[in-house]
Amino acid sequence: MEMTIPVLILAIPLFMFLFLGLLGMKMSHKLAGTLGTLGMGTILVLSYYTAFQYFFSGAPEFINAAGERLQYLVFDQTWLQFTEKLVIKVGFFLDPISAMMLVVITTISFMVHLYSMGYMRDHHGVYEHGFQRFYAFLSLFSFSMLGLVVAPNIFQTYIFWELVGASSYLLIGFYYTKPSAVSASKKAFIVTRFADLGFLIGILVLSYYGGTFNFAELTSAPVEGLAGVSQVSLGTAEGIKAMFTNSAAPVFMGASVLTWALVLIFMGCMGKSAMMPLHIWLPDAMEGPTPVSALIHAATMVVAGVYLVARLFPLYLMETAALDIITVVGALTAFYAAMVACVQVDIKRVLAFSTISQIAFMMVSLGVARPEFHEGLGYMASMFHLFTHAMFKALLFLGAGALIHAIGSNDYTAMHGLRKYMPITHWTFLIGCLAIAGIIPFSGFFSKDEILSSCLGYSWVAYLWMSLVAGMTAFYMFRLYYLIFWWKEHETPEGHHAPHDQPWTMSLPLIFLAAVSCVAGFIPFGELVSWNGHPYDFMAHFDWSVAAVSLCVAVAAIVLATVMYRKENPLPSKMRNALPALWTWCYHRFYWDELYMFITHSIIFRSVCRPLAWFDRHIIDGTMDAFATVTNKVSEAIKPLQSGQIQMYVWYYLIGALALGVVTILCLL
Amino acid sequence: MESVGSIILYFIVALSMIVFSVMAVTTRKILRAATYLLFTLFGTAVVYFMLDYEFLGAVQIAVYAGGIVVLFVFAILLTSRPGDNTERLTSKSRMLGGVAAVITLIVACYSLVSRCALAFAQKPEMETPDMQQIGATLMGTGAGQYLLPFEAVSVLLLACIIGGVVVARKR
Amino acid sequence: MEITAVYYLIPALIMFCCGVYGFITRKNMIAMLISLELMLNAVDINFVVFNRFLYPEQMEGMFFTLFAIAIAAAETALAIAIIINIFRAAKNIDVRSLNEMKF
Repeated sequence: MEMTIPVLILAIPLFMFLFLGLLGMKMSHKLAGTLGTLGMGTILVLSYYTAFQYFFSGAPEFINAAGERLQYLVFDQTWLQFTEKLVIKVGFFLDPISAMMLVVITTISFMVHLYSMGYMRDHHGVYEHGFQRFYAFLSLFSFSMLGLVVAPNIFQTYIFWELVGASSYLLIGFYYTKPSAVSASKKAFIVTRFADLGFLIGILVLSYYGGTFNFAELTSAPVEGLAGVSQVSLGTAEGIKAMFTNSAAPVFMGASVLTWALVLIFMGCMGKSAMMPLHIWLPDAMEGPTPVSALIHAATMVVAGVYLVARLFPLYLMETAALDIITVVGALTAFYAAMVACVQVDIKRVLAFSTISQIAFMMVSLGVARPEFHEGLGYMASMFHLFTHAMFKALLFLGAGALIHAIGSNDYTAMHGLRKYMPITHWTFLIGCLAIAGIIPFSGFFSKDEILSSCLGYSWVAYLWMSLVAGMTAFYMFRLYYLIFWWKEHETPEGHHAPHDQPWTMSLPLIFLAAVSCVAGFIPFGELVSWNGHPYDFMAHFDWSVAAVSLCVAVAAIVLATVMYRKENPLPSKMRNALPALWTWCYHRFYWDELYMFITHSIIFRSVCRPLAWFDRHIIDGTMDAFATVTNKVSEAIKPLQSGQIQMYVWYYLIGALALGVVTILCLL
Repeated sequence: MESVGSIILYFIVALSMIVFSVMAVTTRKILRAATYLLFTLFGTAVVYFMLDYEFLGAVQIAVYAGGIVVLFVFAILLTSRPGDNTERLTSKSRMLGGVAAVITLIVACYSLVSRCALAFAQKPEMETPDMQQIGATLMGTGAGQYLLPFEAVSVLLLACIIGGVVVARKR
Repeated sequence: MEITAVYYLIPALIMFCCGVYGFITRKNMIAMLISLELMLNAVDINFVVFNRFLYPEQMEGMFFTLFAIAIAAAETALAIAIIINIFRAAKNIDVRSLNEMKF
């Protein structure tokens, strides 16, 4: 495969960022938006071509005779060479998951680019302030995210990881005149930065003991034979065993260094993918424009954590303790987020918690994946869910954006009964809800069902737990659906026109994504993506009993939601009054934010930072000030000595000379 | 043993040098100070003659008395009107200056008299250096000869002439 | 009575101290310059006396004095040029008034 297309895939968004960022203000809003969208469209085509080549061309560099998909290093350029071993490279790496991510990112990103052309202007067609900046940031984000997924070494991953964090910060704080947006962007940045500290330490530990940054070597080659192979078959377990179990790997605090490294890397993933307890930034990140929420905080950036765990999956397999931790964290997060989503009133918040919950599904799926059960079904299920979730969650967010655009509020109480006015939005949103609820034949059904199957292979507790969460997912999504589109509609005040469907730039992405959500479940995903590159027919492992149970649970939950929220009735408030404590806790998101505020403000700031600040201000600064003051005072005091009166100088000289003479005489006496 | 005449001459010269020095620095009329300086310089010239350095004595009279003092007189006449008195010095500053001078004198005298045996050396016999010898020394390049300083001083004097013209000329 | 070196040195010393006194008390710059000449002259006498009394066969002291006289002449000429210049600018030659360029 030639290098031109991969280089273009990375270069175009970077160029668009610089171009729109530097010259955007010189051009009209419409031109900037069109250019950004066209640039993204080009990348979309190139990425589709690349992924198609990778999956279906059958070229020998992509697939071997046994039908195994290979990792292929398109290019790998040395960027910084510090020492013989410590080399930082920038490259482009193709394997099943990166090819899949290329498709996901460019699809969603293109849809969001297109959608924003309509969303970022008001009903009179006036573009928002900073429209060009918005497109520049979107391009920056696309560049960083693409660079992240194609990174052939973990250091490049880290670099682009931070870049997506930065562009997420910029986009959350897009409405920088709004204090809540500013604080939300700061919160997101600080929380993920805190998590990235663990990530960086993990990278350093792993690379120190592994001797390389490269994924290909980390996940397959033994530590002795660090041959610069750019083309190796995926995850050979013997190599990893040789690397970590046979070598005298040191032990730290009762766990092997590998476990520590993997847990620390997972900490970075927790921050980026909003796992508990580092999830607090994601709900607040909804302060950004809705297309941004769809692109970054639902479909692409937040799954980077899942992607990274999948990328290092063969390593995680060596330390199942780390996988167990991932499973537990994911399961708790999934349940927690589903609980909270059931009572939120802000539709974007509901979707945000739903995102957290769904990402936790993927994490759990990775955590329970074992090669001995259905050839690592969980891995494939996780990636599959990542794919389908990106599509339907972007659809839901864009639909929510259309509603917000039409109504001008995030609060569902302002919406009620919109199905007549906004039919396109209504139908596409319904498809999204059905997909996420897991109703056959929508895409969510297949991916979620595989996750549940692999959970069952791990432990029945996990299976029951995740089935419960899946039911809750169906419940809260349909609660949201009914509250928005059903109930009695509000009276449209005189002089206001009724809410209506959006322009084509916004409808087209909705329809496209809805169509994808309908059919994506039938993609033979197991043929394309599996943990060791070995294709298999997942229908062979399809567990119809699990499917039936999950379908029943979903339908039951939908029925429950229909009963409670189809029309205005007293049931919800009755339930709320029956369990007031639970409702309050859920409504306040279990007081996580307050807990963080307490820890940071009351404990860290007050008992650590304030004494430190006092010490800094009074002792350190005081010392410096004292030096300055003394110098100043002494200078002022001796300034008159230099009077310019030459006879005074002679006096000083004479006194000094006489003193010397007298002293000499006295000494010689 | 010196002749009585030379001893008497010595005392006259030494006394006049001391007296005129003191008067040069204490008089309030600046032109008189220049005149007393001239007398002191003459006394110095006589000392050089007494020490058998006749050429040096001649140079002292010609350059110092004839050149420098005349320069002083010109400068004084240019910068002050005749009959101008410098303002009376405060007694405090006079006393301080006097004390400093006396202390200097005591310290130097003490070290000279008590520490410096060479100061009591007898005057040895010496041929008065003749002009030929002086000229050869001044123009020679050998050891103990002074062509280089001579040339350096000539350049210095040239620079001084130019500098004096540049500094003092009217703008 | 023998006239030893100290008989010349003491008057020279007194002359020097007069120069010191004059230099630090007089305010008129020409008077200060006169005091300076006194000091220089006293030092010249020292050179000559030590040359004559200790190393009569050599002429270092005498030549040093010779050069000192030449340099003194140069120095005086330049100093007087400066003083005249100052007089033009400041209309007097009081050394205490020469602090205008300070700081």
